[in-house]
Amino acid sequence: MLEIDLTHRQGNFTLTARFTTGPGVTILLGPSGAGKTTLLDLVAGLKRPESGHIKVEDTVLTDAGAGIFQAPHQRRIGYVFQEARLFPHLTVRQNLLYGRLFTRATPPAGLDTIADLLDIAPLLARRPRDLSGGERQRVAIGRALLSAPRLLLLDEPLSALDAARKAELLPYLVRLRDQMQLPMLYVTHQPAEVASLATGWIGVQDGQAGPIPPPAQAQ
Amino acid sequence: MLDFTPEEWTAIRLSLKVAFWAVLASLPPGILVAWLLARGRFPGRILLDGLVHLPLVLPPVVTGYLLLLLFGRQGPLGKMLAEVGITFAFNWTGAVLACAIMAFPLLVRAIRLSLEAIDPKLEQAAGSLGAPPWAVFATITMPLALPGILAGAILCFAKALGEFGATITFVSNIPGVTQTLPSAIYSHLQVPSGDGPALRLTLVSVAIAIFALIASELLARQVRRRVGGGDA
Repeated sequence: MLEIDLTHRQGNFTLTARFTTGPGVTILLGPSGAGKTTLLDLVAGLKRPESGHIKVEDTVLTDAGAGIFQAPHQRRIGYVFQEARLFPHLTVRQNLLYGRLFTRATPPAGLDTIADLLDIAPLLARRPRDLSGGERQRVAIGRALLSAPRLLLLDEPLSALDAARKAELLPYLVRLRDQMQLPMLYVTHQPAEVASLATGWIGVQDGQAGPIPPPAQAQ
Repeated sequence: MLDFTPEEWTAIRLSLKVAFWAVLASLPPGILVAWLLARGRFPGRILLDGLVHLPLVLPPVVTGYLLLLLFGRQGPLGKMLAEVGITFAFNWTGAVLACAIMAFPLLVRAIRLSLEAIDPKLEQAAGSLGAPPWAVFATITMPLALPGILAGAILCFAKALGEFGATITFVSNIPGVTQTLPSAIYSHLQVPSGDGPALRLTLVSVAIAIFALIASELLARQVRRRVGGGDA
């Protein structure tokens, strides 16, 4: 599915990552500052690795040796950021459909299905500033899905939410995993939080990223 | 009070025409320069910033004289442009050029501030949704900066209406051709009976300026609400 083998240097910090992931939800687990977000940025094309390559299915996204670097907008990789980053001048519906303007690829489901799945159908006419934190994050997930990505990156999408909101959003993510055939890369530093979601684990520690067994807190 | 003579109407109309074209002509380069100053990382950025602000700190008569040297009938650019049929010297288009250059710093400043208020993370998010850079600019950056662009355009318009020093130096004060509102007021003040007409035209200037400043402030408020009060 996703194949990563790279080295990336950023000031004094060097990140080395070597792993492959399968379908389902792969958790990127590690303490703050370990390089998890950097890894997502490398996959999304927001950063360019110093050496090595990243492949999704049969597409080479970047290969430093061969001088290949696909621009972020060409990668079809959905990115749900820590903050929802909804477009403030657009309605929820316009936010959801934004990615449709730029691709002919078929999303995993249509607007209505996704709005139902994420329980945001009643919000379609609203503006982002009128939404709660949990609602914003759900819209951001729906927006990423409708852009027809082949891989979805989630960067601590629950971190801005309180415990009750976290508990509210998790079932949506599980439904997403089971109903859409969409692999996900999910960054967190709290393994217990995603125990019900995870299908694979990658540890990120001190600039090293590679496969790890499921941590005890997640069992 | 408002029974203007035909000459005065001509001056008012010409002023509005000059200011309108000055805004229209400076908007595209204004947006480009504002974007370069807000987002660009290139050597010479400080130099560009200084150059743009130069008309704000130079005596207007100096700016007008430099324009005359460059774009006058004998100036290097003036000669070149004359060959393709464009004359600035002693022509209303010269007043447009002078006003546009004098108002440019205000326009660029307003647009730049609104561009700097936009979170680049939103543009990044648009890219991750498949939008190529030009589409990000058109669908995210420009709409979010729009109130700032409008505010800048109105300020630019008001400044262009009031521009005097550079205009009179560059294109003189020819009634019906280059005599704008301030030049007309100046002419009235040169003759003993001119106080009344001068005062009337002064009131027109004040009214237009106040209207522009209020409109500009209202739009600036909207930009803060739109760009600042949105997504967390």
